[in-house]
Amino acid sequence: MSEAVKNQQVLKLENITMQFGGVVAINNLSLEVNQGEIVALIGPNGAGKTTAFNCITGVYEPTNGIVYFHGEPIAVNHPQGKMVKQYGGINGDLYKDRKPVVHTPDKITQMGIARTFQNIRLFKSQTVFDNVLIGTHLRRTSNVLTATFRLNAKEEKANREKTAKLLEIVGLADVAGELATSLPYGKQRRLEIARALATDPTLLLLDEPAAGMNPQETDELGEFIVSIKNQFDLTVFMIEHHMNLVMEISDRIYVLDFGKQIAEGTPEEIQKNPVVIAAYLGVDEE
Amino acid sequence: MNQKKSKKPMIITFALVAAIYIAVFIAEQTMPATSMLFTVLKKGAVYALVAVSMNLLNGFTGIFSLGQAGFMLVGAYAYGIFTIPVAQRASVYQYFDGGAVQFTVPIVVAMILAGLAAAFFAFLIGLPVLRLKSDYLAIATLGFAEIIRAIFQWNGLGPITNGSNMLRAFPNFNDFNITDASGNVTVYLSTLIPFIMAGVCIALIVLLINSSYGRAFKAIRDDEVAAEAMGINLAHHKRLAFCISSFFAGVGGAMLAMYQTTVQAKSFTSAMTYEILLIVVIGGIGSVTGSVFSSFLFVACSEWWLRFLDEKQIIGDFEVPLLRTGFRMVVFSVIIMIVVLFFRRGIMGDKELPDLLSRREKKRRGALK
Repeated sequence: MSEAVKNQQVLKLENITMQFGGVVAINNLSLEVNQGEIVALIGPNGAGKTTAFNCITGVYEPTNGIVYFHGEPIAVNHPQGKMVKQYGGINGDLYKDRKPVVHTPDKITQMGIARTFQNIRLFKSQTVFDNVLIGTHLRRTSNVLTATFRLNAKEEKANREKTAKLLEIVGLADVAGELATSLPYGKQRRLEIARALATDPTLLLLDEPAAGMNPQETDELGEFIVSIKNQFDLTVFMIEHHMNLVMEISDRIYVLDFGKQIAEGTPEEIQKNPVVIAAYLGVDEE
Repeated sequence: MNQKKSKKPMIITFALVAAIYIAVFIAEQTMPATSMLFTVLKKGAVYALVAVSMNLLNGFTGIFSLGQAGFMLVGAYAYGIFTIPVAQRASVYQYFDGGAVQFTVPIVVAMILAGLAAAFFAFLIGLPVLRLKSDYLAIATLGFAEIIRAIFQWNGLGPITNGSNMLRAFPNFNDFNITDASGNVTVYLSTLIPFIMAGVCIALIVLLINSSYGRAFKAIRDDEVAAEAMGINLAHHKRLAFCISSFFAGVGGAMLAMYQTTVQAKSFTSAMTYEILLIVVIGGIGSVTGSVFSSFLFVACSEWWLRFLDEKQIIGDFEVPLLRTGFRMVVFSVIIMIVVLFFRRGIMGDKELPDLLSRREKKRRGALK
């Protein structure tokens, strides 16, 4: 892989299999997300989309395969122990000689992958402002003593300014002092994105950002995602069920069904793909 | 936490705290030193610190730990061991040839050592225990406290801990009083000094809670998964909160030693942890003000205001029925049940004193209901 390609390739999954006991949630998934793209991952319920996200962000340790981020392997594994016998995927001995690499979710976020959650996970007891401010904690240079004695005033001030600016950008500046959970649903989604942006990511993973939104809100969200992508020079990888949104803003689409990738291509190609229509659009989303 | 937050409530809060300190000082000079009030104030200050330290863990970080008595024990012993005057050691450690430690350190240094000793134990315990969640963690820490209690009473450690015998003769609160040459007290400071000690420690905890780390702790309490996704290292931050909380519990233990004038491992039972937990719950989980307020209330009720219930009371010719030893606890339990029924989230909820004084906050809370 040449250097230029590596830089282009923000995220790459190679033969990722995730098996829980006897259930193969993802089977040999390979995909790439390139710099500056918006890529969507779609599929019927239970296809393994969120599991794929969890493998990327370190919540789960994939059973087999490699996840690359900017060319760097951030998760490497092959079936071990009991899993050697149980393994139900393919390519089980491809990475036998590679040393497993495991990172906790916070380490992955530090590397520059931020995410939102399918079921909104805001810090309930805190204000909108503090929710975003917490996102700046991981880039701190202070330690617990300098923070307690307020020797990090400069950093704290910079973080607060950054937070205020982010809230301005996502259009939540006027509700900064409200409790996060008192916001209407659409705004909570935006807040989650703002909080993710506060961690200075290069790759943004959005897990069903339009879930529960009405058509108008969904349209606005689409514009919003494109605008923050351009403004923060991001790459976006998202799971979404709203086909209008997916077809409108994504550059490429991967389709997952029963843990297997069944199609890949531009929105036009996916819309015409008979396999996809059979597995997903034609059956589940009439 | 808007940037434009009014400064006024903060100023009023500072003024109130300063007024309390001045009132304590004046009361101490004018009232007889044997008054029950001072016992309550001293013990209340000690319990306030320990309750706030427990609240840092249980209320702000969401780690349900019941090891507080164990860490206080470590702190109390560390303080005693390092401050018993060398001349007194032969009599204190009479069964252990005067003990192994033959030096003393200044009181403040001993208190910091007490905190550090407790924090060190917390670090060791935390390695396995902090992987557990909620009830399991509570049981594990409770078990630890019991083990510590047993170990400190073990004769093998006698030269250091004096085995199951008590430590005594170390400086206590009364030694802070300034006396003239003939031994008469000129300035009473035996209540003000514990107030200052507890005040400084609680102020440090409040500063921590309002710092970037405090926000991270609260994030962990609200949603561990989201906190981790925000780049907060769970293991690191939980350990940090556990050690800091134990540090202050250790300092609180040292103060308890000063209050009691003697230390014996067998008094640091799980019942003590429950008392502190009760204070935290009644005050409001996640409110420093609540913990401080309810610790004084708790101590006043249990040591002073309800004492009469334990004794026979005769009004005229009529002997009040039911009143005998132990009845105080019955009434006390009923009061606690009433408090819990009517203040479901504790007296203060998760509000602090400046919040109560701020009109904006009231409006904000009101708008939510």
